[in-house]
Amino acid sequence: MASDSDADEDFVTYGTPLEPLEEDEPLKKPVPLHEQTVKDEKGRYQRFHGAFTGGFSAGYFNTVGSKEGWAPSTFMSSRQQKAEKQHARPEDFMDEEDFSEHGIAPREITTSQEFSSGRRDELREKARAVNAQTALIPGDTLLEELIAPARLSIGVELLRKMGWKDGQGVGPRVKRKACRRRSDGGAKVYSCVLPPTGSEDSEDEEEEFAPENVTFAPKDVTPVDFSPRLGVQGLGYRGLDPGLALLGRGQPEHIDLFRPQSETRGRLFGDTQGGARRGGVAGQAFGVGALEDDDEDVYHRDSMSRYDMVLGGEEPGDGLYGWTAPQQYIQKRVKSKDASYLGKILEGFTLAQKPAEEQMIFPPPSLPSDYRPVHRFRTSVDVLGLSGVSPALAEALRVSRGHMVTEEPQHGGRHQLDSGQRRALLGEDAPQGPSSVMELLRPEDRQRLLSLSKSTKTNTADSHEALQSAKLSAEALLPCPAACSGLQQQQQEALVAWRGIQTSSQTFKPFEKNPSKQARYELYLSRLKQGHTDALEQSLDPGMTEWERSREREEFVRASILYRPTSSSLSSRFTRATHLEDDDTVEVNRDVEGDVDDKQAAIKMKMFGKLTRETLEWHPDKLLCKRFNVPNPYPGSSVVGLPKVKRDKFSVFNFLTVAESRDPTAPPEPRKKSRWDVSDQKQEEKRRNGPPSELLSAARSQTSETKLGPTSGPVLPASPVSTSTNPQTPDNRTEAGKQQSSDQKKEGDEEEGEEEESRPPMDLFKAIFASSSDEKSSSSEGEGEDEEDKKDSKEEEEGTVNLQPVNLFNVTATSTITSSTTTSSRQTAEVLSPTSTQDPEEFGPKLPPPAAALIRGGATSLFSPRDEQKPSKSSKDKKHKNKKQHKHKKKKKQKKHKGKQQKSRKEVPDSSSEDSDAEDGQVSTEELLKRLKSVRSHQRW
Amino acid sequence: MAFPQPRPQAPQLPQYLLRTIDCQQGAVRAVRFNADGNYLLSCGSDKSIKLWSTSRGTLLKTYSGHGYEVLDADGSYDNSQICSCSSDKTVILWDVATGQVTRKLRGHAGKVNCVQFNEEATVILSGSIDGTVRCWDTRSRGYKPIQILDEARDGVSSLKVAQHELLTGSVDGRVRRYDLRMGQLHTDFISSPITCVCFSHDGQCTLSSSLDSTVRLLDKSTGEMLGEYTGHTMKGYKLDCCLSSRDTHVLSCSEDGHVYCWDLVEGSLSLKLPVGKAVVQSLSFHPTETCLLTAMEGRIQMWGAEPEETQEDAAAT
Repeated sequence: MASDSDADEDFVTYGTPLEPLEEDEPLKKPVPLHEQTVKDEKGRYQRFHGAFTGGFSAGYFNTVGSKEGWAPSTFMSSRQQKAEKQHARPEDFMDEEDFSEHGIAPREITTSQEFSSGRRDELREKARAVNAQTALIPGDTLLEELIAPARLSIGVELLRKMGWKDGQGVGPRVKRKACRRRSDGGAKVYSCVLPPTGSEDSEDEEEEFAPENVTFAPKDVTPVDFSPRLGVQGLGYRGLDPGLALLGRGQPEHIDLFRPQSETRGRLFGDTQGGARRGGVAGQAFGVGALEDDDEDVYHRDSMSRYDMVLGGEEPGDGLYGWTAPQQYIQKRVKSKDASYLGKILEGFTLAQKPAEEQMIFPPPSLPSDYRPVHRFRTSVDVLGLSGVSPALAEALRVSRGHMVTEEPQHGGRHQLDSGQRRALLGEDAPQGPSSVMELLRPEDRQRLLSLSKSTKTNTADSHEALQSAKLSAEALLPCPAACSGLQQQQQEALVAWRGIQTSSQTFKPFEKNPSKQARYELYLSRLKQGHTDALEQSLDPGMTEWERSREREEFVRASILYRPTSSSLSSRFTRATHLEDDDTVEVNRDVEGDVDDKQAAIKMKMFGKLTRETLEWHPDKLLCKRFNVPNPYPGSSVVGLPKVKRDKFSVFNFLTVAESRDPTAPPEPRKKSRWDVSDQKQEEKRRNGPPSELLSAARSQTSETKLGPTSGPVLPASPVSTSTNPQTPDNRTEAGKQQSSDQKKEGDEEEGEEEESRPPMDLFKAIFASSSDEKSSSSEGEGEDEEDKKDSKEEEEGTVNLQPVNLFNVTATSTITSSTTTSSRQTAEVLSPTSTQDPEEFGPKLPPPAAALIRGGATSLFSPRDEQKPSKSSKDKKHKNKKQHKHKKKKKQKKHKGKQQKSRKEVPDSSSEDSDAEDGQVSTEELLKRLKSVRSHQRW
Repeated sequence: MAFPQPRPQAPQLPQYLLRTIDCQQGAVRAVRFNADGNYLLSCGSDKSIKLWSTSRGTLLKTYSGHGYEVLDADGSYDNSQICSCSSDKTVILWDVATGQVTRKLRGHAGKVNCVQFNEEATVILSGSIDGTVRCWDTRSRGYKPIQILDEARDGVSSLKVAQHELLTGSVDGRVRRYDLRMGQLHTDFISSPITCVCFSHDGQCTLSSSLDSTVRLLDKSTGEMLGEYTGHTMKGYKLDCCLSSRDTHVLSCSEDGHVYCWDLVEGSLSLKLPVGKAVVQSLSFHPTETCLLTAMEGRIQMWGAEPEETQEDAAAT
């Protein structure tokens, strides 16, 4: 090496040198493509057959070894000659060229990675070198290097040719002085020349021998690999902690089970501080390498003192019970000692540096001695004027108010001021709206309220006036008689409610499901706001059928009234909530079954029908319709049951009844009449001149029909079909009245319509039915009705007498005869258990006691026929009288019913069997006559 | 006229006692014919239901599984299922052949007064003292009712189904008719508590008996009263009423031990059938024939239009 350094030019040759060109040699012609042939190692020509068809080796002469070449051998095996297992290795299908150096699978003996020294891991080599020096045999690596195979990488070879020697650093040579100067600096670079060992042991001696004119090769530096470790480590693995290693921090107090005393590694990193070297680097994993020397740590002696014996006792403060956490974590935990009681601190959070400010809690203010914990409402409405308030309450209110005023009038405390005073104090303007609730009502209603209150105040004195006012109010509520005019009235109401209202965005959308309908509804609303009187007609779709339109008309009007905006006067007094509160609304059935009182009155008069009938919209469940095989009547709606409406809990509209026709679909047609609703009939009679006898005749004809046709049901007089008027009951308003009844509805005749009104309000009923003394003074019409009622009630009594049990067929005796055969079995009937008693709490109709007969004393005695016939006889006697009274009315129909009675006469022998022969004989002409008469008396009813 | 007018048949009344069955199951709370009238069901206060043959009067099967007395039962159109309701607040769907409980439907808050299948036995409707009618699906596996009709303001005492209509009678004195096809609820007010409601067979009228000892026939479509039948006693007990198979007569139980039978059109009492001393609890009219079942105390009595000739023979067998 030293000699090389002396030479000025130092050439390195590598590769095979070209042959020197001869001057006179002619230029070689390039070989044409077709002459470039491939020959195998034995000099045979090779033809290329295609990459996938054998390559160079296809054909007979280039076979895989057999004549057949690629042909598969058939598998043959017999009992004598078993086919041996064929291990087809890939090599079997390869040519021998493939095993050559450049083949697919070169078959060649090479030094394995273990023994090849050239490409060895540098770090590892170094470590081994270092180990070797501390090892028992110091010349270990030296020997290894001696025996090392001559295989070197090209880089090394090049370097060697450039004069590099093993153990030297790469780079320009440096002077020794510079190094010395910087010896106290951070980065020390040492090198030596004379004993070119490169080992650190001789560093100190080297410095003394350093001549001045000699340059040294730079020291070989092992690069530190700083790439982070990404792989998966084992449990408890702790990588090299650079902070710990470089800064040389103190060991953690806690026991470190697997801390290797990695002296050698410390030396590896050029750590010169001998004392701190031991603890400098602490990387750890399970186990210690066999080459590492510290036996004590490998075969660790454990002592119980190192472990915590008490659960939850004196912990080192980190709160980690027996958990070998990564060290960083433990460090962190120590820092946050104060928060240990909080448990684990969430990631991304730190403990507050400053403690939170303590909240001051102030004691409640001491109450003044004269404080009374009672809230009083300042009623601006006159307490006495309200009829609904009981006198006792009113008195109490008055007293309390007066008391308050007299006690502390000068105080004028916050609670004693009313809103007006407070407003004055605050300097606010008076609200725009009316000052009293009364002003919000319509004038008619106000009048009605006033009259009501007046009437209650002077209860007995001017009942007449009250009655009139009630009637007036009733008329005001329902000015139009028929359903259609009721609709018009509602339209008017809606018009009044909506006119001039500007807010549109926040109105309720009742037909949200059906956009087009909602659009129509909004159009209607907008027209209403503009004050169009015919808003409804304009906004409806002309393309729809009349029925649909009428239905929609109703819905719109109803919706517009229901969801009418709070009138401007009201809205001025309230501010809209900033957010919707669902709690303030309650679900209310949109249609509510009406009041009972008026119906009760109707039932007393036996006026079943419109008065007692209510028809509500009801939505069956979708599935229920499916199960009943019925199309869903409301295909679009999701409502189930009675449709509900959300209303304000304390809304005024909950208590206002919308005057709506309950049964709007029912056309104003003449009602069906039956013999039983007598009084109603009488009313009708006046109007349309339908005598009961005529109705009855119709009924009779119907009954005869039913007898003829066995399948026909209980058909009852459908409508007074026959137009022939009865001469016996002449009436002033005969034909004209009848026609009126059908026509008047459209005309809206007030007087007549009132009677036909679908459901008059309660007041009307009270006005009519309250007492007869009131009645006479009220109106002549009511008077007439009342008299009629009295008559009716009389006649009714008679009628009920007539309806006493009549045994037409006289079968009681026969039944006892037949039943006597079974009495024996009945007598032996087991005694029923008396323990099964009725429930103490019963709602509605009870169940009969299980053994009533036992209590009465046995069921042995059977029914005696004599008992039964007595009442029937007495009833028959009564019928005689009745018959005489009404005989003159019956002459006409006698013929008609004779035929029928004869039929029934025939029936009697038919129905009674041979057992009742004796009875049959008794049913003779007198008996039949009696029955006939009784039937006739019934016919009146 | 090729065919002669059929001879008008006399209205036959079930006036002859054909058979008495001692049910041996406590008080018989309800007795019901099945769909075709060949079988009858008796609901006992000893928590059992018994299935009887109508023609022979023999016991065919006993269904036990209720927790308290059985109040009503109904058979499906195909005789494969029975539904029953009880004071134990449950409705039970039975398999007729095996006698096993197919489904036990809980949900009512009080005792269940009445129960009915719809026509195809796909829905069970039950009315309870808690004021609700619950529609149970027999097809689904769920145990929740399809719909709860809670319009009644008091207990529902009676309930009938006809095609697409449901008729309920309630103690609040109202007869409600739910029309599924029209999606409407018609309420007829009859101030007195209703004990029983019926449809007429032609579907035009409804019959309702109430505790003011009156049976009323109302026109279904308008609610007008077509007939009023009085004379019997029905003041405190929940007793049945019904129409005869051909709608010619109205029948009602009475507390005086009789069954009253009125002519529907005339309203006159045509038969007063003495059943016994005690209260006649329940009655059921044969769907096609003139045959009436009455229940009094622990016995069922069967009444026919003609006395049975072979009564001795039947008794022997």
